[in-house]
Amino acid sequence: MQLSREALLKAYRQMKTIRMFEERLHDEIALGEIAGFTHLYAGQEACAVGVCEHLGPRDYIISTHRGHGHCIAKGCDVIGMMKEIYGSLEGLCKGKSGSMHIADVDVGMLGANGIVGAGAPIAVGAGITAKSNGTVSICFSGDGACNQGTTFEAMNMAVVLKLPVIFVFENNHYSEHTGEAYAVGAESMTTRAAAFGMKAIKADGIDFFSVYDAMRELIDYCTAGNGPASIELDCERFYGHFEGDPQRYRGKGELDRIREERDAIRTFRKKVTDARLLEDTDLDRVDAEVTALIDEAVAASKAARRPTAADVTEDVYISY
Amino acid sequence: MATKMIRDVIRDTIDTEMARDDSLIMLGEDIVGGNGAAGGPEAIGGIWGTSGGLWAKYGPDRVIDTPISESAIIGAAAGAALTGKRAIAEIMFADFIGVCMDQIWNQVAKFRYMFGGKSRCPITIRMPYGAGFNAAPQHSQVIHQFVTAMPGLKVVMPTTPADTKGLLAQSIRDDDPVIFLEHKALYGVKGEVPDEDYVIPFGNARQVTQGDDITILATGMMVGLAEKAAADLAQDGIGCDLLDLRTTSPLDEEAILDSVEQTGRLLIVDEAPPRCSLATDLSALVAQKAFASLKAPIQMVTPPHSPVPFARELESAYLPSPDKIVAAATRLMSYRKG
Repeated sequence: MQLSREALLKAYRQMKTIRMFEERLHDEIALGEIAGFTHLYAGQEACAVGVCEHLGPRDYIISTHRGHGHCIAKGCDVIGMMKEIYGSLEGLCKGKSGSMHIADVDVGMLGANGIVGAGAPIAVGAGITAKSNGTVSICFSGDGACNQGTTFEAMNMAVVLKLPVIFVFENNHYSEHTGEAYAVGAESMTTRAAAFGMKAIKADGIDFFSVYDAMRELIDYCTAGNGPASIELDCERFYGHFEGDPQRYRGKGELDRIREERDAIRTFRKKVTDARLLEDTDLDRVDAEVTALIDEAVAASKAARRPTAADVTEDVYISY
Repeated sequence: MATKMIRDVIRDTIDTEMARDDSLIMLGEDIVGGNGAAGGPEAIGGIWGTSGGLWAKYGPDRVIDTPISESAIIGAAAGAALTGKRAIAEIMFADFIGVCMDQIWNQVAKFRYMFGGKSRCPITIRMPYGAGFNAAPQHSQVIHQFVTAMPGLKVVMPTTPADTKGLLAQSIRDDDPVIFLEHKALYGVKGEVPDEDYVIPFGNARQVTQGDDITILATGMMVGLAEKAAADLAQDGIGCDLLDLRTTSPLDEEAILDSVEQTGRLLIVDEAPPRCSLATDLSALVAQKAFASLKAPIQMVTPPHSPVPFARELESAYLPSPDKIVAAATRLMSYRKG
């Protein structure tokens, strides 16, 4: 599919924002600046952006514990996200969510989620609303969540109710510290999804264009009233399961190899410059702007207001 | 004013609410029934008779029959409610909460808090519950003690037809998630129900009987048992101030404490086993906030620390009864310090 220059620059900017957001978090966490558990999305940028570049605010996504990329791709405020991860009262969720539960329902982002597989049933419900709006509901999950019973229930119910739900399985080959070859009993997530009675395809999760084109097909298919669909995206996780994970389960040289050969951003740059769609100078300018944005986000987060004890019981209920 | 059974009040209230709010949907197993079967849809209309005719009236996009998938039922209702719908989810037996606890506890109850107050999830989770049918350990339990302990949920336990109407209407219209617990033994209870539209705000206990000697706190089926016991005790000149809590979250602390300050004696009847329960919670409340008023140790009438048994003799031995309540009241009245 031929994208406009503006659309290509936006896709690149989104992917680069995710990458730099995560790399900066990696550094800040190492400095002890950030509390709690953080799971970085770097390496999988083409998945989130290739999906979300098709979506508007009335399309819904639900995410996972590795959710920063999906949030950025769906339009969550990057500075608000950084402030949230720093635990500020000015954060997107007022310091109640941290990294693992960032959400902004106003932009159709129904939450990162600390429980593996919990998003799929909720995506089915968003699919009920999407069906009445003519939009779609996207369930991001991975090769870990694909083995949860909730995912099976959700896939079956989406088929039974013929809902416009797309199950996006980002196969980064590790569910936490265990390999996909061990934990996924089926031949593949795709054959398993197909067995539920839905259209199921694969795409290259490090190639934005592969994801983007495949998603166009699936979104058109689902919004035409054909029921749900599934896509498995072959991708790579550049960091550990969580920050601090020593990754002893990786093969020798594996990380160097995937960073060299399977980098979504490098792949994008090469494609668009080889095809003379964008120049390196265009992309370098985006890089500089994103660097400035992330610097601003971190500086603002460090200066942002902290919550107080009085905030603990805020927002438990609307009225009580 | 019409005389109706609770099961019909539930059906009629859902009907009224669906008519007044187009965004309201309902999901559950066999709430229609007969889909995919030769007998056709509406063969059942809900195994409790609480959704008959609604599918025909509002259609399959609003009255949604689901596979047996409790996690997906709650998740689907929650996802729809997060994105602008209002939803009722029916879990056929409250005991099945075990298979969808994550969706209730980690998802529905916490959305608004985790999302910094930027979302609402107006969902009513209806759960038939309770013993008395020889339905054995997995189809007879109460679960109010678990859900009352979960911040983010409201918990409603109606006991009369008139209360059922007002409390269910409030639950459906409420913008917070509500667990609406329907005691299976009360579905056939008949009573007068006002015709006009009304809601009963949460956190307001109902005074069932008035008396100066003992405060009795009860919920669900326990209210009727306590009412019988109170009538017996009244014969002996013992006056019971019986409060039907109606909602356990929020809790009408004021009514409880006011009553105990009047009577000086507290008897709690709870269908849950005795450990970490509503009864222990209410005991702690009164011990902390009305200790000086107490003339005798708090009495709890509860089942033992045991699953609900099957056989008739075992189940009746397990459950609280008017006799057990009278015995506890007698202990309270005869207590002498030192």
